[in-house]
Amino acid sequence: MHPIEYASPVTREQAVKLLGTDPAAAAPLAGGSDLLALMKDGVETPRRLVSLKGIAGLTGVRSESGGLRIGALTVLDDLAADAALGFEYPAVTAAAGRLAGPQIRNVATLGGNLLQRPRCWYYRNGFGLLAQRDGKSMIPDGDYRYHAILGNEGPAYFVSPSTLAPVLVAVGAQAVLFGPQGERRIELEKLYRIPKQPGEREHDLRPGEILTEIHLPPAAGRKIASYEVRQRTSLDWSLATASVALEMTPDGKVTQARVVLGQVAPMPWVALAAADVLKGKRLDVALATQAGEAAVHNAVALEKNRYKIQLAKTAVKRALIAAAGIIEDEG
Amino acid sequence: MADEHDRDDSPPGGISRRDFLRGGAAAGALGSAGMLVHEIAEAAKKGPAPVAEGLEVFGPGPVPVRLRINDQRYDLKVEPRATLLDVLREELELTGAKRVCDRGTCGACTVILNGKAVYACSQLAIDVQRQPIETIESLARPGYLHPLSAAFVEHDAQQCGFCTPGFVMAAKALLDHTPSPTLKDVQHGLSGNFCRCGTYAGMRLAVLAAAGHMDDDEIPIGSGDAAGAKEAAPKGGKGGKAHG
Amino acid sequence: MADQADDSKTDAKVATWPKAEDRRLLGQRTSRLDGPAKASGRAKYTYDIKPPGMLWGKMLRCPHAHARLTALDVSPAQGMPGVKAVYAIQKPGAEIQWSLDEVAAVAATSEALAEAAVKAIKVEYEVLPHFVTEEKLAAAPQVNPGKEETEGDAAGALAAAEVKIKGSYFAAPVAHNCMEAHGQICHWTEPDHLTAWCSTQAVSGAASQFAEGLGIPAANVRVIADYVGGGFGAKFNVDRWGIVCAQLAKLAGAPVKMMLERHAELAVAGDRPSAFAEIEVGAKKDGTLTAWTSKSWGSGGPGSAGNPPLPYVFQIPNRKHQHSAVPTHRASSRAWRAPNHPQAAFLTMSALDDLAAALGMNPFDVVTQNLAITGRLEKTYREELEIADQLMGFRQRWHPRGDATRGPVKRGLGMSLHTWGGRGHRSNCEVTIHPDATAEAKISSQDIGTGTRTVIAVVLADSLGLPLDAVQVRIGDSRYPASSASGGSTTVGGVSSATRRAALAALDQVFAKAAPELKAAPEELEAAEGKIRVKAAPDRALTWRQAMALFGRSPVTATGANPGAGNLTDSGVGGVQMADVTVDVETGILKVQKMVAVQDCGLIVDLKTAESQVYGSLIMGISTALAEEKVIDPVTGITLNHDFETYKMAGIGDIGELVVRMMTGPGYDERGVIGVGEPPMVSPLAAIANAAANAIGVRVPWAPLTPRRVLDALSTKGVA
Repeated sequence: MHPIEYASPVTREQAVKLLGTDPAAAAPLAGGSDLLALMKDGVETPRRLVSLKGIAGLTGVRSESGGLRIGALTVLDDLAADAALGFEYPAVTAAAGRLAGPQIRNVATLGGNLLQRPRCWYYRNGFGLLAQRDGKSMIPDGDYRYHAILGNEGPAYFVSPSTLAPVLVAVGAQAVLFGPQGERRIELEKLYRIPKQPGEREHDLRPGEILTEIHLPPAAGRKIASYEVRQRTSLDWSLATASVALEMTPDGKVTQARVVLGQVAPMPWVALAAADVLKGKRLDVALATQAGEAAVHNAVALEKNRYKIQLAKTAVKRALIAAAGIIEDEG
Repeated sequence: MADEHDRDDSPPGGISRRDFLRGGAAAGALGSAGMLVHEIAEAAKKGPAPVAEGLEVFGPGPVPVRLRINDQRYDLKVEPRATLLDVLREELELTGAKRVCDRGTCGACTVILNGKAVYACSQLAIDVQRQPIETIESLARPGYLHPLSAAFVEHDAQQCGFCTPGFVMAAKALLDHTPSPTLKDVQHGLSGNFCRCGTYAGMRLAVLAAAGHMDDDEIPIGSGDAAGAKEAAPKGGKGGKAHG
Repeated sequence: MADQADDSKTDAKVATWPKAEDRRLLGQRTSRLDGPAKASGRAKYTYDIKPPGMLWGKMLRCPHAHARLTALDVSPAQGMPGVKAVYAIQKPGAEIQWSLDEVAAVAATSEALAEAAVKAIKVEYEVLPHFVTEEKLAAAPQVNPGKEETEGDAAGALAAAEVKIKGSYFAAPVAHNCMEAHGQICHWTEPDHLTAWCSTQAVSGAASQFAEGLGIPAANVRVIADYVGGGFGAKFNVDRWGIVCAQLAKLAGAPVKMMLERHAELAVAGDRPSAFAEIEVGAKKDGTLTAWTSKSWGSGGPGSAGNPPLPYVFQIPNRKHQHSAVPTHRASSRAWRAPNHPQAAFLTMSALDDLAAALGMNPFDVVTQNLAITGRLEKTYREELEIADQLMGFRQRWHPRGDATRGPVKRGLGMSLHTWGGRGHRSNCEVTIHPDATAEAKISSQDIGTGTRTVIAVVLADSLGLPLDAVQVRIGDSRYPASSASGGSTTVGGVSSATRRAALAALDQVFAKAAPELKAAPEELEAAEGKIRVKAAPDRALTWRQAMALFGRSPVTATGANPGAGNLTDSGVGGVQMADVTVDVETGILKVQKMVAVQDCGLIVDLKTAESQVYGSLIMGISTALAEEKVIDPVTGITLNHDFETYKMAGIGDIGELVVRMMTGPGYDERGVIGVGEPPMVSPLAAIANAAANAIGVRVPWAPLTPRRVLDALSTKGVA
């Protein structure tokens, strides 16, 4: 690893000052589980790390006007064990509790999970986020088995890695950001973007901004579930995730739906077509299957990542079935 | 658990850059983990870190760091980039935690920080100052075995042994929080560690067997009583056994 | 590893193993002797050694898969603070054949300084075209066809076969990925005397390799490997980096440690060659195999290697096999636990399982129908198949291909057979019995997870009638009597045989002195229960201390060797494995529910560590079947997955229930000690792949059987 400076501010204002406005020059350090690996590999080379752990008030879950405020520095293990969150949003605590392995959950933070860099092996091997060589993407001729099937009209082909983002986007979470211009609050969905030019990032953070909080609206009786397609039980990444949040009438008809896919596009992918299929209809296995099909109707895959279309479909179907509590018996 | 002796008034990051520039304690320090003038110049070329008037910044040269490891206080001078793992192994010769992947995946460097299992390779030493850190060396005195280590021996939950200290520490953290784990708990608790020789079958038995014996006396090595928890384990008859 | 013939022509006394009723420790469950050191974190591996004044070595590596080194200037590193030595490994003009090949090296006072110095080295390459996609045989710029191996009339028999199948099967290369990376610490104790701590599975051999590479007498080299963090076939050589490390230490005048970083370990320090095959098999309607043809190819790097022995296990009467080596621009493969056999088992057993499906037969019946063509292991296989069947309920639970039950999760059973040599290798042992009735054995062998120390101690204590804690085992130092590399499952047979002979030779000396005291002939004596006593009258006895007092204050020393007189070891084991898996056909996720391994290995020295080898093989095999694959980028030729995150291995939650049964007792014990580190590693992939086909109704012809591969197979109906 290259030499670095280290600072441990105790307020958000100090942190922002220490971070400055050039993300390449200074980076916030939260759990560090991924940032340090990127630095050891020379993929990220900030000259200064600004530890956020000493800043008061950035951890924990608090109830507020029916909703919940979660500090961005809350570690995943605490998130998974939080009673208030588990009561309101068991799908979120379950996702946090499954993620990676214990050593990561014990240090990795909510903010770090939401803002972690893609796992794309071209990016991690130093070819940049867009994996371009001589101005041309390496992906179509390379090994893209884990790469995007949606939002992949180019030049970005990596997939958004966060396991928690899909479910939080599905339930309508908001992100609180703090930067040189003060605090702003945006839809979490809007935090993500697909880079179009070399040098652009996949997060819409302004220079010097840090993520300080996530706000969750009241669950308000919505049916919420996630389904992750993950091969290994030990420390593995999901190959596709679907999170759904449904408003349903007592007789099982869907009135509002949000369907969000993870690990299939360069950002958490809101599948509007799937939601459209669901709206106004009674949710059963056939409809769930149809919604799965709709979620990937515009997917584009090549030989090596074609299977991910099937995974995404299945994830949507199973998340819907889990959310609605349908006993699947028709095979 | 709080150690009053560890409290002092020095800044949380040790010596600051202002001190450094004033010719303070860190001046001229270019010890075994020293950095290069060349590297500083490289850093400058890529654009300096932002100026932050009045705020303390440490490094990039060696700075004093106070660590609390196995209930002992260590005052060291290390660069901010030094990981906890490298400090344990290189500065303190606590080599039980192994360096295998060095990227926070394999688990061989697992230590217990603030009562929780963490990857020592993924923590900066400067960022975990004054927090209680347990390494495998703390489990038993030389010549003795902790009941958990003894269960690993009894169930042959190791072959080459290079991953073993990490697994033992992950298992300790699990049993500290979940004294009577199910098999599923064991698999969940050890899911952040990998073994190449394929000793998971023995590990499942060892951790289940050690449950409830964590506070037993340490066992003299060579006493033959490898696991106080022996009786809790399914017995394997000569000629075949199942590791379910 | 080639088997060695026993050399029985010496005049030495013919050694035997004790009869079953006389074994006290042999065959029992003895805990690993070095277990406490490992499980307490106190065992010092090469990576943990730090002699005073030690420097860190680091290497500059070429980022291109194929390139010409056009310029190399190491001088910028030379003057940097902390840098004590700089060494150009390759010269301009050199053609580099794989990515991350070593180009130059530095030694500095810290790892960070060494890394910085490496970055300062100026280097230029002319990038050349690379080839790394050997699965596309037609696209290969070079193919080296091997000799055609034929027996009978394969084409004729195939044409005449009542039932035949044709299939293509592919196994990706997998890495060794030892937990302890390759590496060493080189310390020149005198200008031409080197001590090297080395993570090696060949302590004796490493000393000569250092000597040869450095041009110094082998007698001046000492290699130490107290503990070794895994080998699996990747650590037979000191490698170029070993010699470079010694050169750096020489230049610097200080000890240098150089361990491979994980990304280099995964990219250049060894893998198992890929294997692809197009196979046709013919049989009679009753399942009798009549014909086989196979065209296989694969790559193990530029030199290429790895001809899987096809057909495997079954010597089908009419057969033809040809293997082609396809050179690629990736680092050379190395012996990988049971070299070529796992691939051969996967290719053969997949084809036979597909044939069974075409015949509408249970593969168990096809296998038993053809056991006569397995050779001398026929009886072993027959016994093992019955036991495995009982443990798995294979015949009872088996269903024809395609689990017809409802729901997306399908269950299936599969099986495979394997064989291996495993004869004890060349080994020497020196046994010393001290006046205080403690004993020690010295062998320059190594423990790579084998249980070498434990095995030697068990044999020594059992032979001398002493308790285990009265014996010490000294291994891992080239100054001890020579012993071969730990490869080919030869170690346990070799060291146990040498130890037995040395112990018996020491006993001969003791019996000769004790006989007059006990008024008996030396051959009437035995060592048992801590005494030297008359076999026929156990009350006439000397304690070991009394016996040793007859030698005054001198210890007794004797040596033993393998091979030697008497059949203490043998070659040729057989094993049967069965797998029970579930496959989710909507996600392609395969989970191993249960595996059964039935294995013979002759006389078992320590049942606990022997079983561990089988469990370990099952787990490593499950890992290779489910997830392991070295991914080489077609665009750049680099290894894309060179960390534990992307080089996926099975974790503790991914292995299912494992049942191991060792074949012991009459019919097995008389063969002597045979190694077991590799044979059980052969079948897991084949058994799991067959179980998957049984579950989902189509063959997944690619290994590993990842979700992608399973779903691809479902969409192509199993056609590769």
